Amino acid sequence: MNFELSHFNAALLFALCASTVFGITQRNTPRDMLRYGAYCFALFVGGVIVAAWAMWAIKH
Amino acid sequence: MANPQNTATLPRSAKAARAQSNSMATIAPLAGWLLPGLGHFIQRRYIRGVLLMLSVFVMFFAGLGMQGKVYSFNTGDLLDILGFIGDLGAGVLYFVARMMDWGVGNIHRAVADYGTKYIVVAGLLNFVAAVDAHHIAIGKKQ
Repeated sequence: MNFELSHFNAALLFALCASTVFGITQRNTPRDMLRYGAYCFALFVGGVIVAAWAMWAIKH
Repeated sequence: MANPQNTATLPRSAKAARAQSNSMATIAPLAGWLLPGLGHFIQRRYIRGVLLMLSVFVMFFAGLGMQGKVYSFNTGDLLDILGFIGDLGAGVLYFVARMMDWGVGNIHRAVADYGTKYIVVAGLLNFVAAVDAHHIAIGKKQ
């Protein structure tokens, strides 16, 4: 079993799975679950992009 | 004065409902831990169960596919002990992986370290899902 993912795709898959579980478990109604899941996903991906640019800035 | 905790005064149907709720509060998180999503399935939250199962399965098998490491029981380094506890959260997936000797790790691939974290986080997310199943069983959540 061998699964090739780029670092960014690995971070996206992680964000998708984790935010799905967070959305379902941390809110009560389906609408709130969807909104919270989307919020977590945006924070995960936003955090990745910010961290990536921060590392780029440190290097240059 | 009536004591709300005194079950002797409750009608038989209310007692039966409470007993069923009490047993479900134990069974649901155990089932959810053993097989991701099962704790929600047995409480008829089918869509949530499927989504939780998919999330944990995808993370666990993606981690294995990236040649991540599955921790065995150990009493050595603290991070290794915590890694074992996290992995154990995946329930039956962990035992199958250990039985099949999957997840030996690969220190030559950077992505393999991501895989190790995927496997640990899959177990931790399953712990969260099992606690959620318990909250549904005790009526704290819909």
